[in-house]
Amino acid sequence: MNKRSSWALPYFIFLVLFVVMPLLLIVLYSLQDASGHFTFSNITKFFTDKDALSTFALSIEVALENTALCILIGYPAAYILADKSLNKSAVTVVLFILPMWVNALMRTLATAELFNMAGITLGKGTLLFGMCYDYLPFMIYPIYNQLAKMDKSYAEAAQDLGAKPHEVFWKVTMPLSMPGVISGIMMVFMPTVSTFAISEFLTNNKIKLFGTIIQENINNSMWNYGAALALFMLIIIGITTFFQGKGDDETVGGAI
Amino acid sequence: MEERIIDIQHVSKSFGDKNVLHDINLYVKKGEFITLLGPSGCGKTTLLRMIAGFLHPDEGLIVMDGNDITEVPPHLRQLNTVFQRYALFPHLDVYDNIAFGLKLKKTPEDEIDKRVRKVLKLVSMSDYEDRDVESLSGGQQQRIAIARAIVNQPQILLLDEPLAALDLKMRKDMQIELKEMHRKLGITFIYVTHDQEEALTLSDTIVVMNEGIIQQIGTPMDIYNEPVNSFVADFIGESNILNGRMLRDRRVEFIGHEFDCVDEGFGEDVPVDVVVRPEDIYFAKKDSEVQFKATVKSCVFKGVHYEMFVDTDSGNELMIQDYDPYPVGGEVGLYIDPDDIQVMRKERTENTFEGVMKAPDKVEFLGAEFECADTGLQAGDKVLVRVPFDGVDLLDSDDEATLSGNVFFILYKGNHYHLTIKTENGDKVWVDTDDIWDKNDFVGINILPKDIHIEKKDE
Repeated sequence: MNKRSSWALPYFIFLVLFVVMPLLLIVLYSLQDASGHFTFSNITKFFTDKDALSTFALSIEVALENTALCILIGYPAAYILADKSLNKSAVTVVLFILPMWVNALMRTLATAELFNMAGITLGKGTLLFGMCYDYLPFMIYPIYNQLAKMDKSYAEAAQDLGAKPHEVFWKVTMPLSMPGVISGIMMVFMPTVSTFAISEFLTNNKIKLFGTIIQENINNSMWNYGAALALFMLIIIGITTFFQGKGDDETVGGAI
Repeated sequence: MEERIIDIQHVSKSFGDKNVLHDINLYVKKGEFITLLGPSGCGKTTLLRMIAGFLHPDEGLIVMDGNDITEVPPHLRQLNTVFQRYALFPHLDVYDNIAFGLKLKKTPEDEIDKRVRKVLKLVSMSDYEDRDVESLSGGQQQRIAIARAIVNQPQILLLDEPLAALDLKMRKDMQIELKEMHRKLGITFIYVTHDQEEALTLSDTIVVMNEGIIQQIGTPMDIYNEPVNSFVADFIGESNILNGRMLRDRRVEFIGHEFDCVDEGFGEDVPVDVVVRPEDIYFAKKDSEVQFKATVKSCVFKGVHYEMFVDTDSGNELMIQDYDPYPVGGEVGLYIDPDDIQVMRKERTENTFEGVMKAPDKVEFLGAEFECADTGLQAGDKVLVRVPFDGVDLLDSDDEATLSGNVFFILYKGNHYHLTIKTENGDKVWVDTDDIWDKNDFVGINILPKDIHIEKKDE
């Protein structure tokens, strides 16, 4: 080991202790029964557990809806922020990013309180509202980043070749901003699948998401089944990351 | 009959308080290869972007084929642009990049196919249809960018420094190809460059621009042989620019000698600028040819010719290009043909500023207060201040200076430098000095009372 690579040692130890070990423990727990014997029963239990399966389907559905909502609201917002003729100040960008710096739990509690005050019944509508509110900045920022650094001459070249303003957008700007959109999806879709606090506070536990079930199992000391469910979710997240592919490169770390 | 395809009338443009184009008048003939040439920041790209429709003039009209297109958006203009850094769409392959314009116009599929293949052949890029544009070299991307523009059969092709990103060898090859393409297509090319050699090689007409003003319009020969002012002479090719005096018609004096020339109509005993190209100064073979003598200071082989600097008997430095070398330190006899002496009216012979008296012996101009000789004028009187070029003193720092500025333009006049200084307020001061300064150097400016000449302005 040469001098330079020895600098990486503390990070390596950190990774092993706090990332690799816990992951291995999850795998280990999910393959054991309560008394520590090796078994596949936790895995098979999930595929026969109607409750867990339907919750899982609902989680995916809510995550998809939330992601779609975030794109619908976030893309135009990012577009306006990145357009120098519409937005002349960097402060507006910060204002949009600002909620990311406030603890999500606090924001969610505050939102729930607002709904209570306004007398709005908590349910799927309030759940989606809260999720969208929490995750929108994570969609806006990567798209904004991508649009802001895009060479203006692409749009000009399209105009020059006869594209009307809407054609410039759909044929050039939009396709070229896709890496930002994909980053945004990664940063919104995956956390929403595993969230449990938002559904707990904003639906009073009326709607249970996959994260809630994992949390309940673990809270009730059913560590092994909880670990199996967590493992399952990790695999799903892994697959989505894989789908993101090599298409985009530096935009993933889009948050400030 | 010459048909005007583009007619630019009294066009001006400012960005903020910076005036980038000032009352531009220019027409382009159908089928010609016209080049907008000038240093960076001269307004050439702004003018091109206006013709393309990406910018609108603050004042003036742009007329194409008899129709006012000043406010017409780019996508409705019958012209196409080759962008400086090509701007090929990275998400499309070569074929789809070229077909982009045709697809927008809903051209039938087989027609698109035919035309894309035809232009690919024209730019020698057949068989590259399916390539990813980012996998192409700079020169290849350049060709695709040209193909993408001309496939739409525009009446005018705009080219914004298209060769700037290529290496020298590639640039030379592309120059020949562009010229060839222009001949084959028969359409109008409007070309922007800061490379004078490129402009001379390619163009039918050159438009030399500086600081938002057209300096000269002419054929490459005209521009090279008969520059209208010292800026053009200095910018195009190598030249000796000297202070001179027109004695009478066809007789001019410079570097302490009198010469016959072919210029007339300047009047008698008028200060002028004289331009002599380095290849137009000849070494006399016979004593009878000698017009003036000089000592060779340096001699460098440049491939085709030798480049020599000589000191004349009157103490001026001249650059000479000749096929034969002459020994350094040797005395030589030189002569210049009357045809090769280009005489230009001086744009100015001294600095003149608008000023206001602050006290009988204090005057304010250029945004600063100067001491002057007692004028007997009242504070508040408006005056005209004249300062000779050699009356302005330049200092290394602004510690003891009245105001400061930056060196904006340098002209070597054989035995001194003629500098244009831009003050912090954006005013210009012209200075003659023996000291060597570099472009953009920060200088302090002082003017002694004896060099400040004041005249009361008539109300």
